[in-house]
Amino acid sequence: MMRRLLLAVAFLLAAVPAFAVNPDEVLSDPALEARARALSAQLRCMVCQNQSIDDSNAELARDLRLLVRERLKNGDSDEAVIDYVVSRYGEFVLLNPRVRGETLLLWGAPLVLFLAGAAAMILFVRKRGGRPTGTPLSEAEKAELERALKRD
Amino acid sequence: MIIELGHYALVLALATVIVQFVLPLVGTIRGDRALMAVAPAAALAGFMLVLFSFSVLTFAYVVSDFSVVNVVENSHSLKPMIYKISGVWGNHEGSMMLWLLILVFFSALVATFGVNLPERLRANVLAVQGLISVAFALFILLTSNPFLPLSPAPAEGRDLHPPLLYLGYVGFSVCFSFAIAALIDGRIDAAWARWVRPWALAAWAFLTAGIAMGSYWAYYELGWGGWWFWDPVENASFIPWLAGTALLHSAIVMEKREALKIWTVLLAILTFSMSLLGTFLVRSGVLTSVHAFATDPTRGVFILGILVFFIGGALSLFAFRAATLKAGGLFAPISREGALVLNNLILTTAAATVLTGTLYPLVLEALTGEKISVGPPFFNLTFGLLMLPLLLAVPFGPLLAWKRGDVLAAGQRLFAAVGVGLVMAAVVVYLHGGGPLLAYFGIAIGFYMIAGAITDLWLRAGIGKVAGNVAFRRFVGLPGSAFGTALAHIGIGVTVIGIIAVTAFETEHVVEMKPGMQVEAGGYTLTFDGMRRGQGPNYSEESGHFTVARGGVIVDDVWSSKRLYSARRMPTTEAGIRTFGLSQLYVSLGDPMAGGGIVVRVWWKPMILCIWIGALIMMAGGAVSLFDRRLRVGAPQKLRRAKPVLEAAE
Repeated sequence: MMRRLLLAVAFLLAAVPAFAVNPDEVLSDPALEARARALSAQLRCMVCQNQSIDDSNAELARDLRLLVRERLKNGDSDEAVIDYVVSRYGEFVLLNPRVRGETLLLWGAPLVLFLAGAAAMILFVRKRGGRPTGTPLSEAEKAELERALKRD
Repeated sequence: MIIELGHYALVLALATVIVQFVLPLVGTIRGDRALMAVAPAAALAGFMLVLFSFSVLTFAYVVSDFSVVNVVENSHSLKPMIYKISGVWGNHEGSMMLWLLILVFFSALVATFGVNLPERLRANVLAVQGLISVAFALFILLTSNPFLPLSPAPAEGRDLHPPLLYLGYVGFSVCFSFAIAALIDGRIDAAWARWVRPWALAAWAFLTAGIAMGSYWAYYELGWGGWWFWDPVENASFIPWLAGTALLHSAIVMEKREALKIWTVLLAILTFSMSLLGTFLVRSGVLTSVHAFATDPTRGVFILGILVFFIGGALSLFAFRAATLKAGGLFAPISREGALVLNNLILTTAAATVLTGTLYPLVLEALTGEKISVGPPFFNLTFGLLMLPLLLAVPFGPLLAWKRGDVLAAGQRLFAAVGVGLVMAAVVVYLHGGGPLLAYFGIAIGFYMIAGAITDLWLRAGIGKVAGNVAFRRFVGLPGSAFGTALAHIGIGVTVIGIIAVTAFETEHVVEMKPGMQVEAGGYTLTFDGMRRGQGPNYSEESGHFTVARGGVIVDDVWSSKRLYSARRMPTTEAGIRTFGLSQLYVSLGDPMAGGGIVVRVWWKPMILCIWIGALIMMAGGAVSLFDRRLRVGAPQKLRRAKPVLEAAE
């Protein structure tokens, strides 16, 4: 843990502000390069705080970018590249977590919350449905209204 | 000596806010008016004391008083004045002082402008404000004292958006206090809503400004042209914003129709709870993120205690007392109330989704030890899907009648707005072409929202139906809240256009450049002229100079720099940015290469300014609505004051 921390600090201090893909990394095939960029945006830079490898200037991010490009050049599909990177670095590397047991609640949350809210709304409307809105005017109020209208 | 005075004032402030909490509460329980009357005086005194204490700290920074360790750690005598001052809240201790200052400032505002509030309500509101102040004053004195020799973490002291963010965060404390006061008293009426709405509006407007400024700061400072990262620190301010936006809308229903009372109270509690949670996430160091400043577990536990106490306490109180609040007006599902309920449903779901995504990795790691990341791809997808129906529904809301509306009639009135959206999308296809189909759909939605908001004003003024001068008079005479609504909705439309345009149509060029080389972006040609070394007051920098030409004619030039601050040995980028209309050319320097060139990144960011201009328009909408005479709390008070005079004349 301590070593990792020191490593991170070292990276922070050593890094000059440079970002992301350097010209020497770019693949000659634009279609392949576009795929590499899209994949890089989904992979976390492991030593940075909250950056994708596409945005990061850390040495490790560069290695990972080169790795992704290497696999793509060897004809891997996008899924195969992702699987390979996960097998080396674990699920933590994915900025877009895969749907599985542990992340079911995460991905399900928006839908479940929306449906629960909508259901509560519908129940509320049902319970109140058919009842008149507001109360009819009392005799005194009607007289008051009559007077006000006549005055106008 | 002056430092000790500041410290002493802070301790006195703690005593004062304890009084502000205890005595008025005892007063309302016993029905003792003298005790209740203590509340405003204590609130004002507390504010003066904290203000003095904060001023002393600021003074210590301005004169670089290095007897205070906090100043030594976070300031530098060479810093320009503006950074010395912003350095006060650029570190953990100072930023908590700012939090407290803004909190007691709002208490003082309630005390000053609350003269026409019902006595019990005012006493209870100020007591709750007092309790929150006690918690934060204790937190500062016990774990984060800026006047003591502590060793805080080094900090980023260069940005100015925290005060605005805090004005937003902490502003919602007033809504929270009103909600708790209503629950304590078991009573809630239109006057309550009339009071809560302006506070919610003001806090919301500040939070909007804070988030927008933070976003622009990141865009300018981080050097890779991103403007929103779904970073936990950003989310921490965005979740209260979403909840606060919902609160704003439900408070309208409560004020106008006396419906959704219980829900509004719950939302007021939740919104401030999200503000507290945001403070906890940022201040406890529980997250590791690009912006996080402070790490210290004892503080984390303390804030967690505050969090659990206030959120847990408020929700329990709500569970026990909500039933005592009488349900209000009824309405049909298709009505303006119904539309606002839909708005609330989507906004709270969105807030909960962002919250889930932010906390999920923490909770999963705590429970199973497994580490996962939840990043932009998750948020873009879920948040985007939730926003789509909301954005489409927004123009309908103001066109529906209260109680029972007609969706078809509203739809017919929006034909023109839909037309405007489609035509503008077609224009963009013609001018630009290419890009994903979805982008044009997004552009159409943005313009449809703007046109829809204008449609509402148009119909209300009766333009085309009544004579021109009558329509003009009606238009000018429209209430401020109508203009506020329209402006806020136009603002979202503008922001949507900016987001879509920059996401779909931005271009990026990463090239190694030597002097004399050129790169094309957005129809402009950049020529690299060479590098220059420079020395600032507290940094050294390397800058590259570029000439910008269009069609062979030189139109502008731009410097892009990398800086190294001598005090912190931290490299930063000062991106070169040139604005053309609403679009920007963004030039950022990278590493020097072996061949003698330097890596240059050039982005063309079409319509990017719309993102922040939209936020400004939203804020303006909030301000216009805030100054609506009919809704101003002071207005009815004048009538009441006039009355005794008449009686005296009799």
